[in-house]
Amino acid sequence: MIPAPFDYVAAQSPEHALELLAEHGDDAKLLAGGHSLLPMMKLRLATPAVLIDIGRLSELAGITADDGELVIGATTRHADLAAAELARSQAPLLAHAAALVGDPQIRHRGTIGGSLSHADPAADLPMALLALGGRVELTGPDGVRTVSADDFFVGFFETVLRPQEMLTAVRVARKPGVPWGYQKFVRRANDWAIVGVAAVDGRVALANMGSRPLRATAAEQAMADGASAAEAAELAAEGTSPGEDIHADREYRAHLARVLTRRALEHQR
Amino acid sequence: MTRIELTVNGEQRSAEVEPRLLLVHYLRETCGLRAANVGCDTTSCGACTVLLNDVSVKSCTVLAVQAAGMSVTTAEGLAPDGELHPVAAAFRQNHGLQCGFCTPGMVMAAVSLLAENPHPTEEEVREGLEGNFCRCTGYHNIVASVLDAADVLDPGGTRAAGVSA
Repeated sequence: MIPAPFDYVAAQSPEHALELLAEHGDDAKLLAGGHSLLPMMKLRLATPAVLIDIGRLSELAGITADDGELVIGATTRHADLAAAELARSQAPLLAHAAALVGDPQIRHRGTIGGSLSHADPAADLPMALLALGGRVELTGPDGVRTVSADDFFVGFFETVLRPQEMLTAVRVARKPGVPWGYQKFVRRANDWAIVGVAAVDGRVALANMGSRPLRATAAEQAMADGASAAEAAELAAEGTSPGEDIHADREYRAHLARVLTRRALEHQR
Repeated sequence: MTRIELTVNGEQRSAEVEPRLLLVHYLRETCGLRAANVGCDTTSCGACTVLLNDVSVKSCTVLAVQAAGMSVTTAEGLAPDGELHPVAAAFRQNHGLQCGFCTPGMVMAAVSLLAENPHPTEEEVREGLEGNFCRCTGYHNIVASVLDAADVLDPGGTRAAGVSA
């Protein structure tokens, strides 16, 4: 399968990429690892006129820490995030999620900014960021705005990113030693979650239980009110609207959400 | 058309390519290197696995233009003088292949895995090859081949006790 024709520009700097976005707007797509975008282009589900390649911009990659937060550059690859000692110690849930994306080859190419911008409701990193209460930095013609994960994902493969904006960095609070749980139910190695659950610090996030990654707010509230993990987990599917496919109907996904939430809460690391 | 300069199996190359040209098609059709196979064409099966700057990638999901300025290694590049690379030799020794279609991708994935983890356990080999499918289901000997290759590449190394193929 071969994508439809497009023009290709390798951005020379993040500023250059923003200029190109300002010029081409909605006709353009940013290309980093390409592991969400290129499969869609090969299936002709996406037919951008221009690809702006930011995959080689070292300014946008890397992991640093400031006083309270871990800052992950948008083009940081999953394999690098999964292996980084700083991430493993300060945001172990995020490093763990990065280690579960796809397979080794995919993790060598795919980037955190790409995965979050793609906003697949079944994906690992959007759910992990939501559980951690993380934030994304969106850089546009008027500067940088910071958006919480709760506000970033708005629908099926849809975020609040504007056509002239670029996701440039991801911020998560440093939580060394805080217990966390992560459950991903798949039928085959390297698949997307049929249902996924990430839990940390009183927050519970769900993958593939709706058109976007969702918080299990009823379960969170129950825990805050002193319910046991098992009691809270019974509420995990409340307010969700999972889709149906060959793997699971709605009822089965709701069942999985309850079971996996209990496991995520009871088996914390 | 876009001009790209890159290194393929140690050889400097330059080409005018359409931006939509996939790396696997560039390797097979422009360079005449047929080791990387197009299997699923959807980033699943791993038959097209090559090394890009020394790490495994699926070349059906990389544009040739994305490889500009980088170094690509295919299975042919593992044996520049015709002598089998230790990983390929271990696949031969352990009969780590049946029909052979997945083999170049398996070997390249294994080379990358062993560079990151020189002495993986059996479980780590199985997880490390999760991006490569063998539809003959010949996984047992493939895993044995990779464990054997680890011992050949780094004879002094040790893996976690109590695990073997």
